Amino acid sequence: MRMPRSLIIGAILSLLVMAGALLSFVWTPYDIEVLDVAGKLQTPSAAHWLGTDHFGRDILSMIMMGARTSIAVALLAVGIGMALGVPLGLWAAARRGSLLDEVIMRGNDLVFAFPSLVIAILITAVFGASAVNAIVAIGIFNVPVFARLTRGAALSLWERDFILAARVAGKSAFRISWEHVLPNLTNLLIVQGTIQFSLGILAEAALSYIGLGAQPPVASWGRMLADAQTLVSIAPHVALVPGLTIVLTVLGLNLMGDGLRDLLDPRIRVARS
Amino acid sequence: MIRYVLARFASLILSLIVASLVIFAVIEIIPGDPAAFMLGVNARPDTIAALRTEMGLDASVPARYLSWVTGMMQGDFGQSYTYRTPVAGMIADRVWVSLPLALYALILSTLIAFPAGIYAASRRGRPGDIAVMGATQLGVAIPNFWFAMLLVLVFAINLRWFSAGGFPGWDRGFWGGVKALTLPAIALALPQAAILARVMRSSLLDMLGEDFVRTARAKGLSRRQALWRHALRNAMIPVLTIIGLQFSFLLAGGIIIEQVFFLPGLGRLIFQAISSRDLIVVESVVMLLVFAVIVVNFAVDLAYAFVDPRLRTKQ
Repeated sequence: MRMPRSLIIGAILSLLVMAGALLSFVWTPYDIEVLDVAGKLQTPSAAHWLGTDHFGRDILSMIMMGARTSIAVALLAVGIGMALGVPLGLWAAARRGSLLDEVIMRGNDLVFAFPSLVIAILITAVFGASAVNAIVAIGIFNVPVFARLTRGAALSLWERDFILAARVAGKSAFRISWEHVLPNLTNLLIVQGTIQFSLGILAEAALSYIGLGAQPPVASWGRMLADAQTLVSIAPHVALVPGLTIVLTVLGLNLMGDGLRDLLDPRIRVARS
Repeated sequence: MIRYVLARFASLILSLIVASLVIFAVIEIIPGDPAAFMLGVNARPDTIAALRTEMGLDASVPARYLSWVTGMMQGDFGQSYTYRTPVAGMIADRVWVSLPLALYALILSTLIAFPAGIYAASRRGRPGDIAVMGATQLGVAIPNFWFAMLLVLVFAINLRWFSAGGFPGWDRGFWGGVKALTLPAIALALPQAAILARVMRSSLLDMLGEDFVRTARAKGLSRRQALWRHALRNAMIPVLTIIGLQFSFLLAGGIIIEQVFFLPGLGRLIFQAISSRDLIVVESVVMLLVFAVIVVNFAVDLAYAFVDPRLRTKQ
């Protein structure tokens, strides 16, 4: 089985960002809490590979610290979406056509109908701007995504013979969902999880750009861009570097998601050959 | 058809009721007394109490919810806590920036995505298709507010074709307003166009594999004719859904883009209101945006019925 090229490129980009975030726990080129106003807005050089910002902080170090925030927020938001959405979807599929199924799916439609960014703004405005509230705000909108996906895929599994066999064997709907349906959804959930993860990175950047994400002194890519906005004409690299980092991270995750889908979905594999 | 419309309408009403309850409840949780906030720290308790009565804050929670909702239905959004002017008037001024911006972006997004998607589908697997798909991969990965900053850098600061921000107002001429909204609309539209082009392409490819397209080809139509006359119309259903969803992204996404370009739209209003804790304004703007999104989704559902005759007879 050949690895799709998009998977390789995507995995390299994603791993690079992950590695930067992990490395920042033990080492960054410079300490970002130390300000050096005399050395502000330097263009990239041997001493500062990506230059310095308006406080003279090393941009590469800021990017590495910011990667932690982005990854943590997006990953936890996906976690919330899966932890709530997958059981709801499994439950709805196990009781398909019942009132419960109807309630769960209509509830999903309702969340979908809300403009997510507006609600995220409302949540962070009410409960205060913080990384935790950003996680909750992004996570809520992941729930219906996973619930719908899980229900749809689980419904077709319930028609299969091996589920019928499990039912004949007297297993409860709960055990069938847990032991037979869920394991067959793993690939699908991994692919969707990757996509939601990349959307979460974009959402976190947007929220922290408008000041509703992680608060200083926690570094975040979105706030680096907000700080860079007024400086874009005198020091473009201050805006270019964090923006390109976001683009490459999201691109990497999306490519990885596409590649994983090609790799894991046997139907596509057959269609290609 | 009538049953379909009625069912959609019932769910529209239900969505609006739940949405208003959620927004009201969230605002209700916020600690702090707006009356005390308005009068400052030195206010006497009896003054605060009098203002509370005047603002209707000492009514019961259900009564306040009902008066909020019935007020909005009559176009009365209450009084701003900080400016002491009707919220409806504040919103009306801003809507004429945010709504044209969203529509402008929607038009741009469609104008970019349709040709790109159709072209890619008609050249499936060939370099043209791969190039378009690569561009869309990049398009969905770019944060629109960063793209906006790049546009300002190139077209406002370096080339000086557009101003870097601000809005002259529609009374100073239509084209001046359009010009001020052009960069923001492009920034908003591009990532959405990338998504729409992908949907257009994959939906069209699905249709090109259908039997009715093969029949059309068998009766002698060229690939191109079969695509334009038969596949395209059928491919429009998922595309319409996405366009409907995108309108809500564009309205909400406009909030951020307005910040980049200093546009006096609903986004600015909501952020000013948040920082001055003018909660009635936050509540009303959020409700208005949610209302717009839900109504647009309803309109899209109705549009299906016209595009897809099967829906008219089903149920």
